Amino acid sequence: MDLRLSEKHSALQADLQAFITRYAAEAPKAGGGRKRPDARTLDWQKRLVEHGYAARTVPRAYGGFGAELDVVELAVIADAFVQAGVHPGLSNQGISMLVPTLLEVGTEAQRQEWIGPTIRGDVIWCQGYSEPGAGSDLAAAQTRAELKDGHFIVNGQKIWTSSAHYADMMFLLCRTEPDRPKHQGLSYLILSMKTPGIEVRPLRTMTGRAEFNETFFTDVKVPAENIVMGRGQGWHVANITLKHERLMLGDSNRLTQRLHKLTEMLQRLEVGGEKLIAIPSLRDRLLQLQGEVFAWRAHGLRLLTDQSRGVDSGLRRLITKYGATMLCFRLSSLAVDALGTAGLPYEVESETVEGDEATTWHVDHFYDIGLIIGGGSSNIQKNIIGERGLDLPREPKMIGVAAGRN
Amino acid sequence: MEFDLSEDQRLFGESLSGFLQDRQPLEALRRMAEPGSGFDAGLWDGLTELGLHGLLVPEQFGGAGLGVLDAAAAAEALGGTAAVVPFAASTVMATLALLRLGSPAQQAAYLPGIAAGEIRIGVGFAGRTGQTGPAEARLDGTRLSGRISGALDAGAPTHLLVCLPDGRAVLTGAAEAGVSVSSHRTIDRTRPVADLVFDGAAAEILGSSNRGPAALASVLDAGRVVLAADTVGAAQTMLDRAVAYAKERAQFGRVIGSFQGVKHACADMATMLEPCRAMVWYAAHAQDSIPAEARLWACQVKAHVGDVGREVARISTEVHGGMGFTDLLGLHYWFKRIAFNRQALGGPERCRHDAAVEQGWIVA
Repeated sequence: MDLRLSEKHSALQADLQAFITRYAAEAPKAGGGRKRPDARTLDWQKRLVEHGYAARTVPRAYGGFGAELDVVELAVIADAFVQAGVHPGLSNQGISMLVPTLLEVGTEAQRQEWIGPTIRGDVIWCQGYSEPGAGSDLAAAQTRAELKDGHFIVNGQKIWTSSAHYADMMFLLCRTEPDRPKHQGLSYLILSMKTPGIEVRPLRTMTGRAEFNETFFTDVKVPAENIVMGRGQGWHVANITLKHERLMLGDSNRLTQRLHKLTEMLQRLEVGGEKLIAIPSLRDRLLQLQGEVFAWRAHGLRLLTDQSRGVDSGLRRLITKYGATMLCFRLSSLAVDALGTAGLPYEVESETVEGDEATTWHVDHFYDIGLIIGGGSSNIQKNIIGERGLDLPREPKMIGVAAGRN
Repeated sequence: MEFDLSEDQRLFGESLSGFLQDRQPLEALRRMAEPGSGFDAGLWDGLTELGLHGLLVPEQFGGAGLGVLDAAAAAEALGGTAAVVPFAASTVMATLALLRLGSPAQQAAYLPGIAAGEIRIGVGFAGRTGQTGPAEARLDGTRLSGRISGALDAGAPTHLLVCLPDGRAVLTGAAEAGVSVSSHRTIDRTRPVADLVFDGAAAEILGSSNRGPAALASVLDAGRVVLAADTVGAAQTMLDRAVAYAKERAQFGRVIGSFQGVKHACADMATMLEPCRAMVWYAAHAQDSIPAEARLWACQVKAHVGDVGREVARISTEVHGGMGFTDLLGLHYWFKRIAFNRQALGGPERCRHDAAVEQGWIVA
């Protein structure tokens, strides 16, 4: 057990301090969320990549910083920006999910073409996975792509495509081999959102915003070379991508930040001349949540050590998405409870306008439900934990239930 | 940066587990637990040979000179096997009290005996832990009088350590004139609690009231971390047994672990429990190396692991169905082990109160 940073990591930490002191004024506001990055954000991202504080391990040939993977370095970097409350650079589905996927299984031409613009924030991606009839059972996807004259012709519908309304590109899971068993009949394509035949309709959610969309495909032509890995390999590629998404959703930094924000609010707000933190029932709930956040923080250190050793964390990794998203919801629950009736007024004009403190907490509180469901819902996570983590047997298949091509 | 047990710590935990599983199968556990003294001479001697009692005793006094993290790794093995052995108070807290409050002469007088397994020290608190029941002690010169309930590891003690509200601790022989020890069997037959009555007993004073309070609080903190580690071990056993049972018990023509109702219950246990292990490691490491965070983490780990332990104990028993409720499987030894750990040295509410004080959110 040694939580001290090595000389190399301490030096990195010092560099980060110096960088943040010097450049923080140029950073866009932290948070900011689900919109196309503005010029200020793009400049900031460029600076971060130049210094190796974003896209650190992406090879130089593809526009990254080209450092060897060292997960402790990545943690030191993330921590410095969190502590300083400074924008840590872009985090979107292209950067977090597509880039690692292309690095793992993309062709050289695909990497050359897409990784650079994606990490710079010039190209925004959306994810074409879920369908109305293929949610938790993602492999049942029925959006068809038929190869004709050097192009895949795509027809069908996707749902939950966040950022599709401003994205440039999509990575798409679709059925190219309808005669093969369902998991082997899928392929993973990348396509421009400007291709004729794509219609994007906003999907308003319980937050009052339209964070998601429905995307319709009518005879959309995608060049045959835009396939990642081969025909019928789509399920494999999609799982590489999902692994990166679940790790992102289970990040314990998010919990720590939220606990700090909540604690600060309970120490600041008063009711009847009494600080909220002086009210025993609220304080005890905060303390319970603090204990849970501590547990996940320590668990995060353990996962980091696994990663730096190249060890598969198994069960330890599988529990993070379910555990962390549920805890996140309970943190925002205490916040909205503490705000009481003063927290009820709620006006959400658009995704780009920042709300006041109460609105922000309520948006988080609603959106947390989305995170519990998205990226593999809590019930699916519990199946995964039980089956892959604890080696419990799978549910026997029902016979005679329409389930596509089983 | 390396957040893990060392190879030595892991191996020591494993050899301890192996030894206890071998020496204390369920029938032996029943026999050792029945008297309720929390002490079995044969098991104790075997553990002396393994070096358990001297874990925290410096090498110059015949121990291994290790820290609270090593004690936590050992405690996880003890909880995992519901071991009938005094540890948290006798081995960890008493040793630390001597190291942190005792004079060199006192250390030389007691620590070698602890490491050799000749000295077992029951520990009681006059205040500080939020315990119910009598907790008063007063010193008249070097004479101790008073009444302390809920003392730990005092089923077969050679000595008693009483922690006073002013930050000093007092050590007496258990068989001294003016000392009476009434040990009670508890819900957890593997460990008792005792009422201690002192009537002008000759006592040795550890520490002074100016340096004492912080040092004595740190002894309590270490005890809380070690009890939390014991719970993690016991809860892991309950989870493992539930999963094993769910894989073999069949109903409706299927093993019950294939039903989502059961599978999800197991997944919930794993999701709650696994981070607790890392939390115990961090809290124990803080005791050894991060003084600024030590107290807060000790309070929080005791509280949170206590809550998780209760949930895991309940769910595991439920997964076993009616069999879990019987005495036949012996699952209840672990259920009760967890329940004992939850109450001892301050339950979750008391520990969170202490955490709030530590952060300046309320005044003590």
